[in-house]
Amino acid sequence: MDLTLKVWRQENAKAKGKFEKYQIKNISPDSSFLEMIDALNEQLIQDDKDPVAKEPVAFDHDCREGICGMCSLYINGRAHGPDEEITTCQLHMRKFKDGDTIVIEPWRANGFPVIKDLMVDRQAFDKILQSGGFISANTGNAPDANAIPIGKDKAEEAMDAASCIGCGACVATCKNSSAMLFVASKVSQLALLPQGKHESVKRAHAMIAKMDELGFGHCTNTGACEVECPKGISLDHIARLNREFLAANLMP
Amino acid sequence: MPAGPIAEKWTKYKAEQDLVNPANKRKLDIIVVGTGLGGAAAAASLGELGFKVKNFCYSDSPRRAHSIAAQGGINAAKNYQNDGDSIYRLFYDTVKGGDYRAREGNVYRLAEVSNDIIDQCVTQGVPFARDYGGYLDNRSFGGALVSRTFYARGQTGQQLLLGAYGALNRQIAAGNVTMHVRTEMMDLVVVDGKARGIITRDLITGELNSHFGHAVVLATGGYGNVFFLSTNAMGSNGSASYKAYKKGAMFANPSFVQIHPTCIPVHGDAQSKLTLMSESLRNDGRIWVPKEKEDADKIRKGELSPLDLPEEKRDYYLERRYPAFGNLVPRDVASRAAKERCDAGYGVGSGQAVYLDFADAIGRLGKAAIEARYGNLFQMYEKIVDTNPYELPMMIYPAIHYTMGGTWVDYELQTTIPGLFSIGEANFSDHGANRLGASALMQGLADGYFVLPYTIQRYLADQIGVARMNTDEVPEFNTVKKDTKTLIDKLFAVKGKRSVDSIHKELGHIMWNHVGMGRTAEGLKEGIEMIKKLRKEFWEDVRIPGKENSINPELEKACRLADFLELGELMAQDALHRNESCGGHFREEYKTPEGEALRDDKNFMYVAAWEFQGTENPAKLHKESLSYEAIEVKTRNYK
Repeated sequence: MDLTLKVWRQENAKAKGKFEKYQIKNISPDSSFLEMIDALNEQLIQDDKDPVAKEPVAFDHDCREGICGMCSLYINGRAHGPDEEITTCQLHMRKFKDGDTIVIEPWRANGFPVIKDLMVDRQAFDKILQSGGFISANTGNAPDANAIPIGKDKAEEAMDAASCIGCGACVATCKNSSAMLFVASKVSQLALLPQGKHESVKRAHAMIAKMDELGFGHCTNTGACEVECPKGISLDHIARLNREFLAANLMP
Repeated sequence: MPAGPIAEKWTKYKAEQDLVNPANKRKLDIIVVGTGLGGAAAAASLGELGFKVKNFCYSDSPRRAHSIAAQGGINAAKNYQNDGDSIYRLFYDTVKGGDYRAREGNVYRLAEVSNDIIDQCVTQGVPFARDYGGYLDNRSFGGALVSRTFYARGQTGQQLLLGAYGALNRQIAAGNVTMHVRTEMMDLVVVDGKARGIITRDLITGELNSHFGHAVVLATGGYGNVFFLSTNAMGSNGSASYKAYKKGAMFANPSFVQIHPTCIPVHGDAQSKLTLMSESLRNDGRIWVPKEKEDADKIRKGELSPLDLPEEKRDYYLERRYPAFGNLVPRDVASRAAKERCDAGYGVGSGQAVYLDFADAIGRLGKAAIEARYGNLFQMYEKIVDTNPYELPMMIYPAIHYTMGGTWVDYELQTTIPGLFSIGEANFSDHGANRLGASALMQGLADGYFVLPYTIQRYLADQIGVARMNTDEVPEFNTVKKDTKTLIDKLFAVKGKRSVDSIHKELGHIMWNHVGMGRTAEGLKEGIEMIKKLRKEFWEDVRIPGKENSINPELEKACRLADFLELGELMAQDALHRNESCGGHFREEYKTPEGEALRDDKNFMYVAAWEFQGTENPAKLHKESLSYEAIEVKTRNYK
C-alpha cells in the first residue's frame, strides 16, 4: 500500500505544532498501524539524501497487544482509528485503502498536554486514582480468598468495569474532555465487590473532585466515550456513579 | 539457606531474622526500579511498612509495566478443587517443570506463599473468575495434573497488576512512595562495595540524575527482547540487570530462555513484536498438523482448507507423543514438538505454523462457553490475523517469551553486591531451566509482597546508622554519572548510517538461529563471532537522530541495544558451556533416541553464575551446585 500521512509534529510542550506531510510506500496490509509508523521512522532516519538524520515521529507505545494502554493517536478523526473495540497497536492497515491520506494527531484535552509530536502527558489519570481508586488493605491483612463468596454476576460486572486500560480515548473523544468513564469504571469495579464497598462513597467523591481539579470537563451524557472505548466499557457505569454516589450529594 | 526440613525453612527464617523498628524504617530509603508485579508489590508493601521508597518506571505510568500483558492466570496451592493439590505438589511440579535446575528451598517458599497471594489479591478487588456459588474458579495449565490456576478472563496479569498498582497508588498518596515516571535507570552506583543508588535519565528532559538508597531493588523483568521479536513489550530490556552485572552482580543461567509454544506466527519483515495466545487455550484447543506432507503442502498453497481434512488425516502430535499430558505438556516440550513437525515439512501457513483447533470444544461445550472463557483472546486473534478462530483453527508457532535466567540471588533475593536485590523475572531463582505456565505472576507477587519485604530487613537492620547521602558530595555518584554522559556522547558521535532497529533485528536473527530453540556447539561458536562483529558495526555505524536533552526514543533504544549486544554473547557462552539439554536449553547433540532432552546431572546439576571480566573477555564461571533433599531427581516424563 502507498499512503500519504499528515502527522502532527511538535518539538515539546511549549512549542507550537503543525502538520507535516509524508509519503510512504509498500506497506503490507498485514502490518499494524504502529508498524506502519515504524516504517515511516525508519525512512526518516535512513534518508540517504539528508546528511543529518531527521527526527523520527515520537509516539507512545509499549506492549503492542492492546492491554498496556500506552498507545493513543487520533486517526482520521477517531480515537484509536477506524475499527471497533480496538487500540491503535491492534489496528491493522487492512482497514485502509491503497492511496489513502491518513491524518494522525495526538489526544487533545486540557488534562493531557502534548509533550512531543504524538505523545501526551497522562499523569492526571494516575493522580485521579491516587485520590482513592483503591481498596485500603495492607499486605498481609487478607482473610482466605473464599471466605466471602461473590455472586458470579457481580464478579463479571466488576471485571467488565475493571478492563479499563487507562488509555484516555474516552477523554480524547469527549467534546467536554470529561474523564467520567475512566472514573466510573474504577468506582463501579470496587463498589460492586464486598471488599471495596466500605469506602465506595468516599472514593467516588474524592475521585470526582480530583478529576474536576485537574481540568477535565463534566459529563453531558453524549456517549461518545463508550463508542470509542477499546475495551467496550459501558456508559451504565457512569449512570451507577451518578445514581448511587453523586445523587446523594445533590438531594437532601 | 536456613537449615532444617524444607517445609520449615521459611518459618524458621522469619522467626530468627533481624527486623527494623518502626522509627528506624522512616530513616531508610529503598530504591525500587520497575513497577510490574514484583516492583509495584514490593514498593507498596515496603511503603506500608514505613520505609521511604523511590520507585522508577520508563513508561508514563506504573500501570504500563509488561506484567499487564500476562493472560492466562496465576498458580496457587489452594486445593479449592479438591483434586489433590498441596504446597508440596506445587513445589514438586515447579522443580520438575524446571528440569531440576532450580534451588529447592526457594521453590518451596514460593509454593508456600502462593496461597497468601490469592487472598491478598481478592482483598484488593481483583475480580477473579467465580462459579455460580460465588467461589473462585480454576483452570489447568501445562505441566500439572491438577487445576490450580486462578484467572480473570484472559487478562489475569492486567488485573493483578492493577491490584498492585492500586496498593502502590495508596502509598504514593500517603507519601511513603515517590514515583518517578518516564525515568530510566542508566547505571548502578556502588559505594564501598555496597549498592547505594542509581543514575537515571529523565526521558522528557534528558537530564541525568543521581538517587541515593540504603538498598536498591531491581524489578526490571527479563531480557527476551535480545531476540528483537518476542512477546515482551517494545521497551522491555535487560539493561538494569546487565549494568548491575558489569558492576559485579553475577548473572545466572543466561541461556535459559523460554520459548512459548502458542504465539501468532510472524507475518513479515516489518513485524515489530509477537503476540501470545494464552497457554490456557490448550485446556480446550487441540494442536495438530496434517498427517501427510502432500496435504500440508496443499494447505500452504491455499488449495486445501484445514476444514477439508478428516480426523484420520490429522496428526494430533502432542496427544500422540505424550498421552498422559497431551496438549498440556510444559512449554519447552510443546515448542520443540511444533518446531520438529514444521522442520520436517508438516507446517501450515508460511510453513512455520501449526493448528490450535477449538472445533471439538465448541461441539462439546457450545460457542458461548468458549467465548466466555477466551472471548478476548479470540477477538485479539481475529484483529491481528483477520480470520475467525470460531470457524477456522488458529495458527500458532513458538516465540521467545520469558527468561528464566537473570541476576543471581541468594535465599534472601540479594545479589552478589551487598544491598542490591533482584526480584521477579529479573532474578534467576525459581524456575530452573523451564518455567511452568501461570508461575511468573506467582513469583513476581511472591517476591514483591511476601518475600523481599522480610528478607531485605536483615540487610537494612545493619544500615540504620548510615545517614542519607548527599549524592553531589559522593565521588562514586559523580563518576558513574559522568560515565553515563560519556556513553551517550559516544553514541551520538558515531553518526553512522544504520538505524538502531535495523541492527537490533539483525541481532535478533543471529540469536534466533544460533541461540534459539535448537542449539549446537558449532552454531553457538559461530553465533558468538557474529555478535562480536555486529557489536563492532553498531559502534561504527549506528545513526541516532535528535537531541540528548529532549524526548529521544532512538537514543533510549540505542542504550538498551548496546547492552543486548553484550548480553547476547553471554547467553551464547552459557549455552555453549552447558553440554546437556535441560528445559528450554536444548542442545541438538544431547538428546534421547526419541528426541527428548537429555540431561547430564553428573556434570551439570548446578547454577552457572557468570562474573563480568570486561566486555571483550569471556565471563568467569562460578558454580552453585544444586542438591535435592525433598525431591527425587528423575528424568522428566510427560508420557
